[in-house]
Amino acid sequence: MQKLADQIKDAAKKLLAEQKVDLVIGFAEGSLPLRGTPLFARTPEEADKLTWNLGCENNLANYLRKREGKVAVVAKGCDVRSIVALIKENQINRDNLYIIGVPCSGMIDRKKVNAILGGKELLEIEVNGDTATLKGNNCSETAKVADLLHNSCKDCRYGNPVIYDELVGELLPEKETDDFAEIKKFESKTTAQRRAFMNSEFSKCIRCYACRNACPVCYCEECFVDCNQPEWIGKSALNTEDNILFQVVRVFHSAGRCTDCGACERACPMGINLRLLTRKLVKDVKELYNAEAGVNMDDKAALATFTADDPEPFLVKE
Amino acid sequence: MIVSKNDIPSFLDKLIGEYQVFAPVQEGSYTLFKQICSGADAALTDGNTKLPAKEIIFPQSEKLFSYNVTAEGAKLESIIDDRKKVVFGVRPCDAKSLTLLDNVFNNDKYQDPYYLTRRANTILVGIGCNSPASTCFCTSVKGGPFDTKGLDLLLVDIGDAYVVEVVTEKGKTLIDNAGFASASEADKAAAAKAKDEAQVTCQVNTDGLKEKLDVNFYDPIWEKIHEKCLGCGACTYLCPTCHCFDIVDDAVDCNGCRVRNWDSCAFPLFTLHGSGHNPRTSNKERYRNRIMHKFKYFVDNFGEIACVGCGRCIKNCPVNMDIRVVLEDVRGSEARLDS
Ligand code: SF4
Ligand code: SF4
Ligand code: SF4
Ligand code: SF4
Ligand code: SF4
Repeated sequence: MQKLADQIKDAAKKLLAEQKVDLVIGFAEGSLPLRGTPLFARTPEEADKLTWNLGCENNLANYLRKREGKVAVVAKGCDVRSIVALIKENQINRDNLYIIGVPCSGMIDRKKVNAILGGKELLEIEVNGDTATLKGNNCSETAKVADLLHNSCKDCRYGNPVIYDELVGELLPEKETDDFAEIKKFESKTTAQRRAFMNSEFSKCIRCYACRNACPVCYCEECFVDCNQPEWIGKSALNTEDNILFQVVRVFHSAGRCTDCGACERACPMGINLRLLTRKLVKDVKELYNAEAGVNMDDKAALATFTADDPEPFLVKE
Repeated sequence: MIVSKNDIPSFLDKLIGEYQVFAPVQEGSYTLFKQICSGADAALTDGNTKLPAKEIIFPQSEKLFSYNVTAEGAKLESIIDDRKKVVFGVRPCDAKSLTLLDNVFNNDKYQDPYYLTRRANTILVGIGCNSPASTCFCTSVKGGPFDTKGLDLLLVDIGDAYVVEVVTEKGKTLIDNAGFASASEADKAAAAKAKDEAQVTCQVNTDGLKEKLDVNFYDPIWEKIHEKCLGCGACTYLCPTCHCFDIVDDAVDCNGCRVRNWDSCAFPLFTLHGSGHNPRTSNKERYRNRIMHKFKYFVDNFGEIACVGCGRCIKNCPVNMDIRVVLEDVRGSEARLDS
């Protein structure tokens, strides 16, 4: 990790010193253990703060839409997929973007760390190869890094950036294909069971919209939930149905564009299982159209193209 | 007075008959204040609840009145919640936050009957913090892990029992008939020791902060500070002192309710005028407002900083926007104090 951090720093400083870019967006050491935080470096000195660790979980593609000037971004696999999706949607000008690609085998989920520490606060983390030592107040636990990763990272098959201008680190071995096991399990439940789960999960929603704002492909000028004339959705938090409606519309709006990066779920302060919904759509799009968002520069976004033999099971009751 | 931890559930059970009792309840990986039906549901763990106790007095969505319009005219019915409440296990920072909100809802210009009725009918039973989190900085903003501001009773954890400190008359009435034994000298010593040993390690220096904010509205520092902020409502909705609200009508045809909802200065609609003009066009102005409101405007209006140092915004911001770092950046900025 230290080596990667140094390589990223060197690459960024060089780009800035040679004035190839005006800005490098990457990660700095955050203020909490295991926390990378987005950094905007405009000078080689500022780029000295760049780092790379297992807490660089934010999707930096979110900061790239409609940018002026030349920008470089430090991007792991999921960030690059989102970038590709956004280039296709004309939100990012590829010519003005320099991608410092970082092969990524996953970021650590602090919720899993907290569970292992029994709710105690994490004060320090030491990573040694594939094990992590988690230190809290008067307690210490060890765990396999692989067990601490975000579920989205475990499911991710594109840790290697699909496009880049420069790669730091080594490409990682391919993983097996995603089997969507937990989605299939949820699909096999009855409507009533699914409804009950949704109700209990979304009763926790406080409508802070962190999920929406953390998502790189959620960028409408005016979100339907914000619009008050007409008012598409109840504004108050009295009603779980409205919370579900918000989420369902959000997820449908990103169908075929969602890269399963997990940024929405990570952002949710209430720990709501949002990937259950987003991944259902990822799975459907893959099964129906054999399409995945942002995996190459050639495919058109699944819902932006039409062929006469597109399946339409949702229109025709078979 | 002293109460054994084992006796807390039955004490709460007794209160449940007479009051709506709210206590932290375990919800997956965190705790939340909920109304409990059984004393055994109270999860008095270390640390603070995910959402502040504020929502019990100032709910996220609150029906103010219902209306019904017919050919004969309009019928209005106000909805004032005057049920007696006990909030059990509130942390000192959350209790202090209510004393700050009191300024907003009860001042020379306006007295809010909804808030004030709830407030008057609520008894706050606090539990001091023996092990403050690394993100707690209450002592930097005139609070502390055993501060009694806003509380009616304070419980001090001495291992298998709590030593009860009576803060107000209201608190006294709650335990007068509870049959608790009085605390021995040893218990009192244990309580004093717990207070002594609780260390709030995080300090936030607010010296000169207000003076900087008085003059740095146009300082370029805000360009940099806001840059990574996503403009979500997580920090404001989790903050015990944020109190901005919006008022909407929740109606079908001629029947409906007027509802008061929490709002957030991070949202684009926050100050959008009817004309379409918005004085806070971008995230820069919105984030600046969050800091200005807490550390300047509130100080100008009520003489106190509107932050109680609970650390929720630090722990929960999706991009690790840390208010401690922001304040340090503002203090260190080059805004000219003489300009
Ligand atoms: S919906 Fe969630 S998982 Fe999908 S792209 Fe947006 S943030 Fe990533
Ligand atoms: S981030 Fe979580 S709590 Fe906030 S609106 Fe999204 S689902 Fe609801
Ligand atoms: S500071 Fe963090 S929590 Fe607050 S609005 Fe910005 S991104 Fe959201
Ligand atoms: S600003 Fe942050 S630390 Fe201060 S009271 Fe609000 S949530 Fe707590
Ligand atoms: S900020 Fe102070 S009062 Fe609040 S939880 Fe932390 S130690 Fe307790």
